[in-house]
Amino acid sequence: MKEFLEGSLAVAEIVKLCKPGVISAYPITPQTHIVEELAQFVANGELGSQFVNVESEHSAASVVLGAVASGVRAYTATSSQGLFYMGEVLFNIAGMRLPLVMTCANRAISAPINIWNDQQDSVSLRDCGWAQFFAEDIQEAVDLHLIGYRLSEDKSVMLPVMVCMDGFALTHGIETVDLPTQEQVDKFLPAYQPLYKLDPADPMTLGALGDPEYYAEGRYAIQETFKETLGLIPKITAEFAEVFGRNYSGITEEYRTKDAERVIVAMGSVCGTIKEVIDELRVKGKKVGLLKIVSYRPFPAQAIYETLKNIPRVAVLDRALSLGSYAPLASEVKAVFFGKKKQPKVISSFIVGLGGRDITKDSIKEIFRLLVNKERSCEFIDLKPELLKENYE
Amino acid sequence: MSKHLFTSGHTACSGCGQAMAARLVIDAAGPNTIVANSTGCLEVFSTKYPESAWEIPWVHSLFENSAAVASGIEAALIYLGKKDNINVIAQGGDGGSADIGLQAISGMLERGHDILYVCYDNEAYMNTGVQRSGLTPLETNTTTSPVGNNSSGNWRPKKPMPEIALAHGIPYVAIASVAFPQDLQRKVKKALSIKGPKYLQIHVPCPLGWRHEPSLTYQVAKLAVETGLYPLIEYENGVLSSRRQIKPLPVEEYLKPQGRFKHILNNPELLKKFQEVADNNIKKYNLKLENQAD
Repeated sequence: MKEFLEGSLAVAEIVKLCKPGVISAYPITPQTHIVEELAQFVANGELGSQFVNVESEHSAASVVLGAVASGVRAYTATSSQGLFYMGEVLFNIAGMRLPLVMTCANRAISAPINIWNDQQDSVSLRDCGWAQFFAEDIQEAVDLHLIGYRLSEDKSVMLPVMVCMDGFALTHGIETVDLPTQEQVDKFLPAYQPLYKLDPADPMTLGALGDPEYYAEGRYAIQETFKETLGLIPKITAEFAEVFGRNYSGITEEYRTKDAERVIVAMGSVCGTIKEVIDELRVKGKKVGLLKIVSYRPFPAQAIYETLKNIPRVAVLDRALSLGSYAPLASEVKAVFFGKKKQPKVISSFIVGLGGRDITKDSIKEIFRLLVNKERSCEFIDLKPELLKENYE
Repeated sequence: MSKHLFTSGHTACSGCGQAMAARLVIDAAGPNTIVANSTGCLEVFSTKYPESAWEIPWVHSLFENSAAVASGIEAALIYLGKKDNINVIAQGGDGGSADIGLQAISGMLERGHDILYVCYDNEAYMNTGVQRSGLTPLETNTTTSPVGNNSSGNWRPKKPMPEIALAHGIPYVAIASVAFPQDLQRKVKKALSIKGPKYLQIHVPCPLGWRHEPSLTYQVAKLAVETGLYPLIEYENGVLSSRRQIKPLPVEEYLKPQGRFKHILNNPELLKKFQEVADNNIKKYNLKLENQAD
């Protein structure tokens, strides 16, 4: 059924339909509306989950860890500092091969403290062993939660999934969303069947010490699983299309790239703006396109190669930094082409939309304009020169 | 030979008080129990892959989160309709409980989960090499509260964890000692018979960290109780419901076998301060047997 819904409420609706046995969360802007709505569902008796109000994000992640280890589907959501505070638990959940879906309402990292949107939070935790999917709009955010649970709980995967949606832009924005029925969801996402669980009828030790004789193989297994996961995602999204009628690759999305001479690579809600700009520039005869990265982890190197190998000029947009080095997404896109015969002449790197600074259509046009034969690295767009003139002598 | 739920073959040091206490706890709790264990000695010496000493479902996640992991287990069991038949225990050492895990424990106690938290108190970070924790006693010589020209050891008394737990208004708080196994097991069973959050702190000597003979674990733990330094008390619904009364021995008896207190024995001023800790406990909890002659 189509409804005009705030992003957070739409996510809460889909989580409700996924019927997690345990929900645990700690409030942080801009994640709060999601968990408030879920708490209301539980209070109304519409949702039979145990809702555990914890004293920190560290404990929120630990509570869902314990719940999944006990054989129950679980859910949590966070953002920014909260995601960082969960950090070691996130590594732990992945290392223990516990399936889970978490929403990350993407937000900047302090200091300066800033509650607005960029993607420094989840990008900084790219190595924690969670799949990371970035949504362009609210509908995709909703659908990625379903796809996320299905992928996470697949017996060949058993790894957690982080659905990343830009804070405010998607969490507080309002769009028309097609929400599925319970029957559809149940058909696509069967009840969670754990491989292992804490059960007195069959006692097991989980979270054992892995010494140098065993540790590396555990990490290797996750690395290998992620490779296979890239092949599994399209199968799951094909099934998704059958049930819900919406087509996703789940890995990357190409927009007008076939004959393009200049292509922007980006993740998240900015892709909507980029598509609009592309349509405008195409009318003027400019051959421009977009490669949207949906799955940041596992990193879709092959799909990126196939799309960009014949594109002369590529601009990679990062809404995060690796301070003191190249931009995170740009460095990985460049790595895809190292040593390859076919590759873009130019892969330029641009930093946009940090700490909630608007990325306007003009910002995108500026990036296309700067996408010339001279390669740019970590080029900040929309900087305010008047703020850079402080003299501290 | 009776079957234990915490089996032999683990790699604890000889004379490890924590290993003895862990077995007493889990045997008293019985097979229908799930344990969430903090990082620390107990976790390391009992679950080195591919072996495990635990005959019950057992999970280790991190250092400071066993109380939160246990909260998730309890919530899952409630969701599955299985909580009434299964005990949930969260456990850790003194550092994992009183220091880094305090926030998670406070959350667990405050939220009212039906969980028993067990703190195995060996009074320092033993797993990392005897560093001072919030439960290290006054004047104790540890690797991070060393004795020197400007230091007479740990500069603070033990953090009052049982009182902190009690302040949450929970139905059961108790202190036990590995030297009094029947009392310890009675307290575990009592705790598990009560619905809601429970806190049990157990004194467990560490021969390596305390620098006493491994064969003296039991005697050293017993002396801690008999000097009044580690009072065996029990609170039900906030009211002191039991205490083990003693004929108080001087604290020197407890200090003598332990290398960590060597510097105190020759220093009357330090000894006096240490005796005051015991005297205060004896007075506060009325530990002195009344029919004593003196």
